[in-house]
Amino acid sequence: MQPLLKVENLVKHYAAGRTAHSKDKLAALDGVSLSIPQKTTLALVGESGSGKSTLALCIACLEPPTSGNIWFEGIDVAALAENQQRILRPQIQLVFQDPASSLNPRWTALDIASEPFLVQRRFTKPDRAIRALQLLDRVAIPRKMASRRVDELSGGQKQRLAIARALALEPKLMILDEALSALDCSVQAQISNLLLELQSSLGMTYLFITHDFAMAAHLADQIAVMDRGRIVESGSAEKILSSPSHEVTRSLLAATPRFIETPNVLVNA
Amino acid sequence: MRYLLRRTLHAIFLLFGVSLLTFLFSALTPGNYFDEMRLNPQISPEAVAALHAQYQLDRPLPVRYAHWLNAVAHGELGFSFAYNSPVAPLLWVRARNTLLLTVTATLLAWLLALPLGIWSAAKFGRAADRVLSWTTATLLVVPDLVLALGLLILAVRTGWFPTGGLVSAGFDELSPVHKLRDLASHMTLPVLALVLAAMPMLVRHVRASVAEVLDTPFLRAARSHGLSNRKLLYGYALRAAANPLISLFGFSVGTLLSGSLLVEVIMSWPGLGPLLLEAILARDLYVVIGGVLLSMIFLVGGNLFADVLLYWADPRIRTAASPK
Repeated sequence: MQPLLKVENLVKHYAAGRTAHSKDKLAALDGVSLSIPQKTTLALVGESGSGKSTLALCIACLEPPTSGNIWFEGIDVAALAENQQRILRPQIQLVFQDPASSLNPRWTALDIASEPFLVQRRFTKPDRAIRALQLLDRVAIPRKMASRRVDELSGGQKQRLAIARALALEPKLMILDEALSALDCSVQAQISNLLLELQSSLGMTYLFITHDFAMAAHLADQIAVMDRGRIVESGSAEKILSSPSHEVTRSLLAATPRFIETPNVLVNA
Repeated sequence: MRYLLRRTLHAIFLLFGVSLLTFLFSALTPGNYFDEMRLNPQISPEAVAALHAQYQLDRPLPVRYAHWLNAVAHGELGFSFAYNSPVAPLLWVRARNTLLLTVTATLLAWLLALPLGIWSAAKFGRAADRVLSWTTATLLVVPDLVLALGLLILAVRTGWFPTGGLVSAGFDELSPVHKLRDLASHMTLPVLALVLAAMPMLVRHVRASVAEVLDTPFLRAARSHGLSNRKLLYGYALRAAANPLISLFGFSVGTLLSGSLLVEVIMSWPGLGPLLLEAILARDLYVVIGGVLLSMIFLVGGNLFADVLLYWADPRIRTAASPK
């Protein structure tokens, strides 16, 4: 079976310095290749500034790559024109690190959960509200919070809401860009269990971006380690965790104290 | 509602303070309208003193202020020495012309600044954006005075536009359509001067505010739902960037108003500007005070309007203002 997502030799340069015509280019992605089979989770681990978020934006068709291919269900999405990408974008949804800034502060929880339907002009207004409420149920946000605005929700509820919004258009791939990093431990555990539950019930495929090996170990089938715009090591989660071969992987693992115990703590929390 | 009430009370309080200060400052200036008469040997000192008494200039300041406040409460603004008539109707005719100029210029400046700023933010850092940024920067450093004079020279050299006044001679005989056209051609230069002076700042603010929100994750999320770029810029981004821009709107009314007073003097537009200038030079006390107060009312009105817009545009302000 072909993988849901296959990235080949992806390069993304940003202009260094303040002006766009500057000759110096900064390589955020320097020949990245990876693939994610359907209904699995790939954890992309790396330090901040290693190019993880740039890769996420390129895969979600929100930033054009400089060169390389992104195959999504066998279609090279990087080669598509803007208006074709726009049709494809709903299939790949993002959840960001900071739930507060990823939700429009002027809107209520219900507004936010129904916004994707509005953008896609799906359903009638009452139907949108019903479906949005179902989405809130799905991520266990109490119905009494539906009419509250974002600043009245807790951090965990905000991230649940962001996940609900990402689920609205029934995407095939969900990119979680440090989606758990800003949350405290018990909330992290709740949300990661929610993600696992959604994967088994909806058959979701995840690209889970993190700097935390403990979270990667808990959620991922495969792990890819990224450093300075390159994937330095990748393989099954057990293999990377038990016998890391690259020094970047080893130093990242060393920076994750008790990475073997932590997942159990999270599961039981 | 409490928010709006509080804002209105602020505005009234502010107007009260301004009237007091204007009164105080004009009382501090040496001499008054009648002092030059003392130099005239044909007018007896007794006659001058009588005039002083008639206009109560011999009374202490608090009494005069109280007297003036009482007049304001009755819809009068005192008496002009130079025009020998009540100030209120005199000001009103001129204020109408100033408003015509300022309101037109404000609307035009914003209608141009919004799309230009948004477009510039969408092209942030690219060639088109940089050309526009340089243009606005250049316009910003040119003083209003030079801009207005330059346009005036242009009008004189080319003869495309009338070089002053509100309407042409024989305006009353024209048909309504021609009246409008005549008025428009007279307005073109002063409005152009005002728009060119105010718009660069507005464009830059719109660009900065929109560029800032374009990077926020919730706009990225909206794009990932398949939102078109046009809707993203004009719907989502503009609304998210609206608060500082609405506050700027109130501020821009003030800038355009003070700019208008200057442009009116240069282009002989019969608004408050020339009237105020003459009144200050002649020490026509109550015209000055009335003119300043009226300008303040426009300014405060503009800001109050901005507050109402803000209240209407942002649900967060509505909740913060009303107790739960």
